[in-house]
Amino acid sequence: MGFFLETLFGGLMVGMLYSLIALGFVLIYKASGVFNFAQGAMVLFAALAMARFYEWFPKWFGFENKILANVLAFAGAVLVMVVVAWLIERLVLRKLVNQEHITLLMATLGITYFLEGFGQTLFGSDIYKIDIGMPKDPIFVLEGMFQGGVLINKEDLYAAAIAAVLVALLALFFQKTATGRALRAVADDHQAAQSIGIPLGRIWIIVWSVAGFVALVAGVIWGSKLGVQFSLSLVALKALPVVILGGLTSVPGAIIGGLIIGVGEKLSEIYIGPMFGGGIEIWFAYVLALVFLLFRPQGLFGEKIIDRV
Amino acid sequence: MLYRENGQFKSSYRSDQQIFPILQDRIAIGLLLAVAFVAIPLLSSEYLMRAIFVPFLILSLAALGLNILVGYCGQISLGTGAFMAIGAYAAYNFQARIPGMPLVFSLLLGGLCSTAVGVLFGIPSLRIKGLYLAVATLAAQFFTDWAFLRIKWFTNDSSSGSVSVAGLNVFGIPIESPVQKYLLCLGFLVVFALLAKNLVRGAIGREWMAIRDMDVAAAVIGIRPVYAKLTAFAVSSFIVGVAGGLWGFVHLGSWEPAAFNIDRSFQLLFMVIIGGLGSIMGSFFGAAFIVVLPIVLDGLPYWFGIPIDTALASHLTFMIFGALIVFFLIVEPHGIARLWSTAKEKLRLWPFPH
Amino acid sequence: MATRKIGEVILDVKNISLRFGGVKALTDISFDVREHEVRAIIGPNGAGKSSMLNCINGVYAPQEGSISFRGQTFSHMNSRQVAEMGVARTFQNLALFKGMSVLDNIMTGRNLKMKSNLFQQAIRWGAAEREETAQRQHVERIIDFLEIQPYRKTAVGKMPYGLQKRVDLGRALAMDPQVLLLDEPMAGMNVEEKQDMSRFILDVNDEFGTTIVLIEHDMGVVMDISDRVVVLDYGKKIGDGTPADVRQNPDVISAYLGTSH
Repeated sequence: MGFFLETLFGGLMVGMLYSLIALGFVLIYKASGVFNFAQGAMVLFAALAMARFYEWFPKWFGFENKILANVLAFAGAVLVMVVVAWLIERLVLRKLVNQEHITLLMATLGITYFLEGFGQTLFGSDIYKIDIGMPKDPIFVLEGMFQGGVLINKEDLYAAAIAAVLVALLALFFQKTATGRALRAVADDHQAAQSIGIPLGRIWIIVWSVAGFVALVAGVIWGSKLGVQFSLSLVALKALPVVILGGLTSVPGAIIGGLIIGVGEKLSEIYIGPMFGGGIEIWFAYVLALVFLLFRPQGLFGEKIIDRV
Repeated sequence: MLYRENGQFKSSYRSDQQIFPILQDRIAIGLLLAVAFVAIPLLSSEYLMRAIFVPFLILSLAALGLNILVGYCGQISLGTGAFMAIGAYAAYNFQARIPGMPLVFSLLLGGLCSTAVGVLFGIPSLRIKGLYLAVATLAAQFFTDWAFLRIKWFTNDSSSGSVSVAGLNVFGIPIESPVQKYLLCLGFLVVFALLAKNLVRGAIGREWMAIRDMDVAAAVIGIRPVYAKLTAFAVSSFIVGVAGGLWGFVHLGSWEPAAFNIDRSFQLLFMVIIGGLGSIMGSFFGAAFIVVLPIVLDGLPYWFGIPIDTALASHLTFMIFGALIVFFLIVEPHGIARLWSTAKEKLRLWPFPH
Repeated sequence: MATRKIGEVILDVKNISLRFGGVKALTDISFDVREHEVRAIIGPNGAGKSSMLNCINGVYAPQEGSISFRGQTFSHMNSRQVAEMGVARTFQNLALFKGMSVLDNIMTGRNLKMKSNLFQQAIRWGAAEREETAQRQHVERIIDFLEIQPYRKTAVGKMPYGLQKRVDLGRALAMDPQVLLLDEPMAGMNVEEKQDMSRFILDVNDEFGTTIVLIEHDMGVVMDISDRVVVLDYGKKIGDGTPADVRQNPDVISAYLGTSH
């Protein structure tokens, strides 16, 4: 039972990372109707920026304080993601305003390839460290209930806390600020929002920047755990089943969907995997999403999809 | 002046309905086939054959299959690699397990296996569309990636999912030299292209396009969405499966599941989009573009005399690839095929401006 | 006015009620349509006219009531069944297949008559070619009838609105229908175009004996060409009879001119 709980927690941690990436998807989809395949590449790009700035800034500006390096690197990475968002809006989105979904999807795929190549050109293609001072030692909980206790990584707990804070901040942003309200208006109905004077282009830059920020946080957390490397963007593809499960337009759905997928993957790998020769993690999430698509395509929390004649 | 239809009057519906109603087009196609079947085998180097023409032919075939599903019937698929894999591994099993099995039969049977799975994964399309369907096809992709790696029976108990074939021959004629491989692939491509063109300009093609353009109105006319969508998946996966078999047997010789992974699926989708959705010719244009592009990008630095290390070169390739795709989508979302037909329209008026 | 002799009841709508969530689109609608007649459905915007056609066509499934076609009763229709039974329709918003040419659009209307299978079509030479040519003949007759010959190879999306409406009609005619449901066929047309369209509709009714059910806003047209009229308002039937009767019906007058509801 203890082992089960450990697997469960492990799944929740992975799921939380999926949720963060899915969050970026949902934000962009809600506000601009674009299915951003490039979200994974954005995570990689942001993480690379952070990792390298952390190395370079001390050298360039001549200081040694690690905390300062982290803060400056983070700020630099945020700036970079805002610039990326601005470029994407100006060069790509604006020109493809009325195209069909598949065209926009392909465009984000093109952006994916571009960001992956550009990121590695600019920042290099080795494996890089991100060290934001999270404690790496494990702790044992519930020692009373289970012999020896259940092993949890402190790092994972901190990561979960950071993610929770991020989600809370986003919720505050959307509900309480004027910009947040404008974003919700745009997500609801582009034309209506335009007709009351909301500048669509600027809103999209803001949305993609926020998504970029979310990608950065996801990248930092993940990179801190696993190191920043190319495969990060492949993992991000997993976020697709997450948004299907949770509902393409639902923020709580992205979170819950991510947790379900994370837990489901881990549990199925341990308990069902051996029956099939192992390695079922690569398709479990997608097949789960497929099942959902057949019976409840709008996901757990999404809006029902209605076809108008 | 060269491309006018003056004097070419059609006196029967049959002649109006033919694939190339304009005489100049018929001449052009005849020349093209002559070049393809005769000139290229005689004049091309072995390297060109192996590295460019054979992959181009096979990928054109796969793109053709995908175009039927995505371009003509409007169903998105991100799992094309999976169907190529099924075609390849199934053909391998038929070839390896049944002694004396003719190559062509194995390839066709491989295609049929791909069809069966394709129809299965087409069932979700009856309920979901667009991006949701795309995710469903991803399930097919990742599942087959895993299946050919872990289920030993498929690969004759190979531990890494890799298999190889040798001693190919078609009814006694060996398929070993690049020219022989080229001609085999060309033969398949021409036959399939003709069959596909016939389907697409016939009743089923119109049904597919009707579903693509407005499926509610299609139902009202009496078109059955189920039949149309499933036949699109069936025909598409058959062609893609045969292409997969050709890719494994003829081009690679030995392969593992990674040869048909998600990058392959994306590559084929790019071909179809850049080449032109809903256009048979577009599939060829797209395949040519995608096959030639990396070679050009790789060679460019050397032509300019700037040495670049291979890692950087591959990153730059990614960048330029991505940028070109976006550029293309902005400039001509209907693909090269549209550019081509616009050019032909202008040519009909040439030398007059309008 | 139709000059054909009007026959027995071919379509009988009984107590149809349709709701979308809390919104009642149609409430207890009953009327019949006789063979060979021109039946108009009129009413202010939002009265439920298109929804009524959608029920007949199988696009919407009504919660209550039934529809009989030639004596066979259905609680709700299946689109393909309806098409096979010989009911065709045009759409208010022109549901044309934008990616295809005029010729191809109308050819899709012949789809039910096409019998060749996938393999025959792939080979094309032989059975499929003969069938294409035969169907093409039918379609060309319709193209002649609607006077759109110069446009047959043009992509439908590039044509002016009035001509697109004709293609929509042509596609419906290609189904050789016994009953033709026309949803605002003259919407957005100028006087000349309306005259052309009226002429086409009357010709179809005259030459082929097709029963016409027509939704239309232009009162002049309705009074001119229809045999009988049904009036809907807010999803309820408020009038049913000849044009002359309906024109004098006080409920109809107040619905159009507006009194406090």
